[in-house]
Amino acid sequence: MDQLKPHFKPGGKLAKLESVYDGMESFLFTPNDTSKSGTHIHDGNDLKRTMIIVVVALLPCLLYAMYNIGLQHYLAIGQGDAGVLTMFLFGLLALLPVIVVSYGVGLGIEFVSAQIHHKEIQEGFLVTGMLIPLIVPINTPLWMTAIATAFAVIFAKEVFGGTGMNIFNVALITRAVLFFSYPSKMSGDAAFVKTDSVFGMGDGKLIDGFTGATPLGQVATNVGDTLSLTGVDSTPIGLCDAFIGNIAGSPGETSMVCILIGALILLVTGVASWRVMLSAFAGGLAMGALAHAFPSATYPASLIDPVAQLCYGGFAFAAVFMATDPVTGARTNAGQYIYGFLIGVIAILIRVYNSGYPEGAMLAVLLMNAFAPLIDHCVVSFNIKRRLGRTKTK
Amino acid sequence: MISKKNKSALFNPLSQENPVLVQILGICSALAVTANLGPALVMGLSVIVVLAFSNVIISLMRKTIPTTIRIIVQLVVVAALVIIVQQFLIAFSYDVSKQLSVFVGLIITNCILMGRLEAFALNNRPWPSFLDGVGNGLGYTIVLAIVAFFRELLGSGTLLGFQVVPQWCYEHGYENNGLMILPPMALITLACIIWVHRSRNAELQEK
Repeated sequence: MDQLKPHFKPGGKLAKLESVYDGMESFLFTPNDTSKSGTHIHDGNDLKRTMIIVVVALLPCLLYAMYNIGLQHYLAIGQGDAGVLTMFLFGLLALLPVIVVSYGVGLGIEFVSAQIHHKEIQEGFLVTGMLIPLIVPINTPLWMTAIATAFAVIFAKEVFGGTGMNIFNVALITRAVLFFSYPSKMSGDAAFVKTDSVFGMGDGKLIDGFTGATPLGQVATNVGDTLSLTGVDSTPIGLCDAFIGNIAGSPGETSMVCILIGALILLVTGVASWRVMLSAFAGGLAMGALAHAFPSATYPASLIDPVAQLCYGGFAFAAVFMATDPVTGARTNAGQYIYGFLIGVIAILIRVYNSGYPEGAMLAVLLMNAFAPLIDHCVVSFNIKRRLGRTKTK
Repeated sequence: MISKKNKSALFNPLSQENPVLVQILGICSALAVTANLGPALVMGLSVIVVLAFSNVIISLMRKTIPTTIRIIVQLVVVAALVIIVQQFLIAFSYDVSKQLSVFVGLIITNCILMGRLEAFALNNRPWPSFLDGVGNGLGYTIVLAIVAFFRELLGSGTLLGFQVVPQWCYEHGYENNGLMILPPMALITLACIIWVHRSRNAELQEK
């Protein structure tokens, strides 16, 4: 690596690719650049390490997502007795192309943009690239994912100044673009369960009584005063299934257990804010309880009890991995409580009372992203006013 | 007839002083009528007609209009012309006038009109004012046409109502982008055009 270095310095024949070299060097090694003047204390906890921790926290979700994609598929073709390993392999082969597309497109744009502006390449896309495959329904065509990723990286991130400057969560913008551009591919029965074979694996006819709708999808079309939720093979499912995660849904969002493991990793390492996470769940619980206190057949989601509200759909995933994004969220301590709580409230509010959207977590986080600077501003100016008032009374 | 000053009155608004791209005027209608190319072109044409003739009329009256009530006089002239254009559209192309709905009537509130009347027609002779009106209307129409071109092509797969994206693509999994039909994408498309325009005209970039 060091032998190659002179080629990339100004004047070298590959000088235009300096930021690519620089990016690879700091990604693979610890660069030996040191501060030139004065005394500095550097914390080893740089952007790279923060990002890697989030990726590690996502791994349980990712691994379970692979297994669950296979499980849902084999249940759908009536071969529920296929081995765990077969299911995992099927899911791996189904999810891998999405991961490759997400990283390929996103990092490609970041590299090109860094070359144009002669800036360092930032590691910001490491997490985004992993989040995208986990929140995009598995049946979404790859070219759609590629377009949405490119759109999100350019218009939600690069035009705002790159990593750390974006107003909105890039992964959620990707999903929102897909959701509004190709609604038929992003919701309904055909989006969330892989029904065709992958690289020749898992070929089979769909069983009678197959339903590809997610629990929340079924809730949205529920008629009457009682809910009856079923899995892909028409067997009833309950809260326990939603907690473990063997239900239909976007790859990463189904398993509450894996999300909680991820949350634990984020909290122990101090990467994510516990205030946001806690208040988001509190907000969801409060709104869920409020909706459940006035159940009505017009809004079937109000029939779900509050704890189950948190387990179904993408709520928990959004609260743990999306709301806690330090760039797009509120920074002040008091602001984080308000920000998280409102995400929880709005997510359930949209889910229950807007029949157009069976799930509201994505829209709730994006909406609060827009309000985060305002919340911070109010908290800061309130604090200033409070302290000014303290000096006046004396 | 075609002096240097007249030429710049006609051609400057196309790019260097484009009312939409540089002065950021008339954005509202640019968002509203650009989902399809046909209505966008009709809208552009209507604005050219109204702008050119209101410029001429105001320019003819410029010495008799008392300064204190000039805005009201301008509004009356513009409103009269807008109503003529609107009735013309209803009479000769009813479907397009239905698609444009209130936005032809709302030409009267288009900031480009008041801007040109105030800035140009009140201080210039009728012929240059006419050219200025045509030029600014064309500048507006060009931008509308570009935005509508991309929105209709990507959003509906058609241009002027004719199918452009071949059936073969749909059979192989291509789908129209529903987001392009929604107003936010008009704003983003417009932003992209401004982006390209600014990067080609460095002197317009704000520091």
